[in-house]
Order: sequence, then structure tokens, then C-alpha cells
Amino acid sequence: MRAALRLLVAAALVAAATSSASASSKTVSEETVHEVAAQLRCVVCQNLSVADSPSEMAGQMRAIIRERLAAGESPDAVQAYFVQRYGEWILLSPPRRGFNLLVWLLPLVAVAAGLAIVAILIARWTRRPRGAAEPVVVDAAMSERIRREVERGS
Amino acid sequence: MRRLWRWLIPLAVLPVLVLLAYGFRMSPRDIPSPLLDKPAPTFALTTLEGAPLMLAAHRGKVVVLNFWASWCYPGCYEEAPILEKNWRAYRERGVVVLGVAIQDRREAAEKFVRDFGLTFPNAQDLTGTVSVDFGVYGVPETFFLDRQGRIRVKHVSAVTDVVFRETVERLLAETAR
Repeated sequence: MRAALRLLVAAALVAAATSSASASSKTVSEETVHEVAAQLRCVVCQNLSVADSPSEMAGQMRAIIRERLAAGESPDAVQAYFVQRYGEWILLSPPRRGFNLLVWLLPLVAVAAGLAIVAILIARWTRRPRGAAEPVVVDAAMSERIRREVERGS
Repeated sequence: MRRLWRWLIPLAVLPVLVLLAYGFRMSPRDIPSPLLDKPAPTFALTTLEGAPLMLAAHRGKVVVLNFWASWCYPGCYEEAPILEKNWRAYRERGVVVLGVAIQDRREAAEKFVRDFGLTFPNAQDLTGTVSVDFGVYGVPETFFLDRQGRIRVKHVSAVTDVVFRETVERLLAETAR
């Protein structure tokens, strides 16, 4: 009797293990989970993604991502779910629209301004000073004289 | 002209400093919840005593939903007696206090409930689904729901006696109209 019971429990456990494994691993690759998790901020950490954080909360969030993907949601829909709960704050890179555009454009503007300043300064430094003396024209007689005097060494 | 240029570079640093000064003074925890004034997500958990705990069963009452953990010291330890006291004071007036322990071990959560003599329902959120559904960052966080089941106030950090009473009184008065 006891042996039969034990067998039954074991069979049930095996069945449960295989069914849950096939339900999640068949449809969702760890890569897709990682891709979604890498876009999300770990809520209990500072400046870590859900993919990178070793915290329990991040682990649970990865499990939720996996579950939702397994249920047939697209990666975008899973991301939208988290945004709906936590706000855009949870996205590690702010969406490129509205006021957020400033974050994306300001660095480009700063680099352009920096390059412009460098270009102006280089142009200024290499420009010949205004009103500089014209180069002296050395004719044949003059160069002969210079040669003589140099050779004489005085 | 030359004088102006000499001042321009140090002056350009000023807006950056102002931005940094503003940014570093903000608490990274003060983030408005997008769930305010929206219907609270439903959930079905099991209390530590084994009874079902469903949010939907408390529709029509003012619900104080508290997320806590036994390792959350001192915040959760400060508010636990306040929650218990106010639960006893308000339960006859259509207010219910529900506790959800997150990222906690069962024995530790049970000990916490025992130590503070908590009599309101407390359940464990083992998968974190309820926490994420409510956009919980950490503990303690408390949500005040009106009788229509909408999230009206989200309180981050320990609930004080004043916060509890003022918020609950406001929600009770509002829906009694």
C-alpha cells in the first residue's frame, strides 16, 4: 500500500516537472527573456537592469517576463506591461519622443558646438598675423654676398 | 570681445552645475506612480493562516494595502503597531487593512506577525506578481484604495498615525456623500 502511494507521488512529481518544463522552455528562449529584461531597470537597485541584477526582485521580474512571453505576449507587450505599472522610469533608455528628445539631441548638439569651437580656434591660431612684413626678395647678387660673408665667418 | 570669450567658457559650466545640483538633490525613490486614480489590480493570495485573500472581496470598503517584509527594518517595524491599532479602530467603519509580505521567508514573516500581534489578514507574495502589478519598488509601501477599488494614495516609507487617519478619514467622508 505504502509502496503504491510512493510510486503514485513520484509519478505525479515527474509529470508536474516535465509539464512545467515543456510549457516554459518550448516557446521562450532565455535570450528573449534577457533581451526584455535588459531594457528594464531593476526597481530595487540603482542603475542596474533586471537582466544584470542578482536581487530576488529582479529574479521574480525575469520569471514574470518569461511567463508572459510563454503566454504568447510579444516582447513589446511585456515591456508595455511594466511601463504601465512603473511608468517610463522603468525603461533604461527613455523613448525618443517629446521632452525626452532633449536627452538624445543635447549630446549631439554639444559635440557639434565643441567641434565648431575647435575649428574656429585652429583657424585663428594658424592664420598669419595681419600686417606681417612681406618676405624679402633675395636676388642673385644678394645671395652671393650672403654666401661670401657666411664663408668668411664674420 | 576677447574679454567676453574669457568669461564664456566658465559661464558655460554653470548650467551643467545647476542641472547636477538639481538632479542630485532629488530622491531616486520619489517617482509618481502611474497607477494613481486607476482601478487597483486584482489578486488572490493565501494568508499565512491558509485562508484565501482576495482583493475583490473587499470592494465597497476603504482598503489599506500594505507591502512589507520582516527584513525591512526599521520602516516596517515602525508602522506595524500603527497599522494594527488603526485596523482595530476603523474596522467597524468599513476599513480593511491587508498586508502583503514580499521577498520574505515564511517563518520570518510568521514571526513578524506574531511579534506584533497583527490581526489583519497577511499573505505572502511568493512570485512577486502582486508587487509588480502594483508597481512596488521596495518596502514599506502602502496603497490606499477608495470604495470603488481605485488606488487613491501611494505612500512610500513607513505609514504614520497621522497619514493613516487623515487619508482614511478623507476616503471615508468622500464616499459617504
